[in-house]
Amino acid sequence: MGMEQDLIALWVTLKLALVTTVLLLLLGTPLAWWLANSRWRFKYWLEAMVALPLVLPPTVLGFYLLLLFSPNNFVGQLWLDATGRPLAFSFTGLVIGSAIYSFPFVVQPIQDAFKAIGKRPLEVAATLGASPRDRFFSVALPLARPGIVTGAVLGFAHTLGEFGVVLMVGGNIPGQTRVASIAIYDHVESLNYGQAHTLAAILLGFSLLLLLFIYRNRARVRLLPH
Amino acid sequence: MLKRVRPTYWLLLFTLSTSNAAELRVAVASNFAPAMSNLISDYQRYSSDKLTLITGSTGKHYAQIVQGAPFDIWFAADRERPALLEQQQLSIPGSRFTYAFGRLVLYSADREVLDAGALTESSYRHLAIANPRHAPYGRAAREVLTTLNLWSAVQSKLVLGENVAQTFQFIDSGGAELGLVAFSHTKLLSQNTRGWLVPPHLHQPIEQQAVLIKDSSAARRFLAYVRSRDAMELIRSFGYDVELQ
Repeated sequence: MGMEQDLIALWVTLKLALVTTVLLLLLGTPLAWWLANSRWRFKYWLEAMVALPLVLPPTVLGFYLLLLFSPNNFVGQLWLDATGRPLAFSFTGLVIGSAIYSFPFVVQPIQDAFKAIGKRPLEVAATLGASPRDRFFSVALPLARPGIVTGAVLGFAHTLGEFGVVLMVGGNIPGQTRVASIAIYDHVESLNYGQAHTLAAILLGFSLLLLLFIYRNRARVRLLPH
Repeated sequence: MLKRVRPTYWLLLFTLSTSNAAELRVAVASNFAPAMSNLISDYQRYSSDKLTLITGSTGKHYAQIVQGAPFDIWFAADRERPALLEQQQLSIPGSRFTYAFGRLVLYSADREVLDAGALTESSYRHLAIANPRHAPYGRAAREVLTTLNLWSAVQSKLVLGENVAQTFQFIDSGGAELGLVAFSHTKLLSQNTRGWLVPPHLHQPIEQQAVLIKDSSAARRFLAYVRSRDAMELIRSFGYDVELQ
């Protein structure tokens, strides 16, 4: 397996992290908002469920996702009927797996950020005639921006380094489900330590650059709302 | 090579040595782990030595042993990597031997009866094999598909497991309809042969070798047991071919 294959694996990793992060922001932000404001008695149940992927070993999670995605299972069959393609061993399957795996990393910082705003700014906006929709988009979201950025960074970074879940549900298909971490692992297993070092160094260097960029800009962003 | 020892002889060795029970760490290729735990419990009828099983892939174990992992014996999934270890003088010279030959089986979770023809059907979406780059059963699977002139035809259907045990999960979960896996795994599910037992002439032998890493009389006793007829019969019952003397 040459360098070209490694670059493809890196590209799949990036794509997976990006798609997963966008999906998680779309799903996680409304949920975080609800969790931060709801007074439902059994809310802690939902919070515990959100945190659950932190506890499960990734390969265990991956194994049960494999069972779930299989056409022998109700969910997998439903997906196959609806889309004509099986969920196991597909990029879409990886996105779903990664989203579950990284869910708490995105939801929790955003939830904390929403909580930190407090009631006052929203009440003030309400007295000025802002609708609930306006209050969310024009007041809560901009104020919670540092938390949302943190959530996005954590979700993205967590997915970049993901291994166990992908190993279990991916099937190592080039261009589809072979991500960088799997390619590195394959090099190590085949005793190609040189190639493993190169790919690991690229992944590490890229991740560091990305984090540096985001943290530098976050420091600036934070000054604005306050 | 260690001399093959007659059962009576190793029985004698045990009775002489039961007073001081030793502890041994045995690293084992994942595919052989079920057979090995049976071997160990059988061995424990004669010996009070405590044997700890460490399962994992052969590539991983190799890397760990090179970095000084505290294993006494290593049961690898191929012959290349124990040979490489020997070449680097990281194992006890002359201790390397073949303990089993792996067999491949074409397996499906929902079809009891299969033959080679199933591979040419167009109805299946995924064919699971272990990664041929580093998994011995994967390499053999590739050889079988190449021999049958199917290697290029199945490219778009291939999904690769990290090792042959994980490949088995891909199929057993129903995620992949077909796959070439270790006979030793399907045999755990039912004594009857399910699927198509691949004739060994379709691929190079999957020769699994063991090697002594840290020399001790306890380790040599266990290796002598593994080479005994009783142990070889036990290994065979788990779906491997063995060389009986």
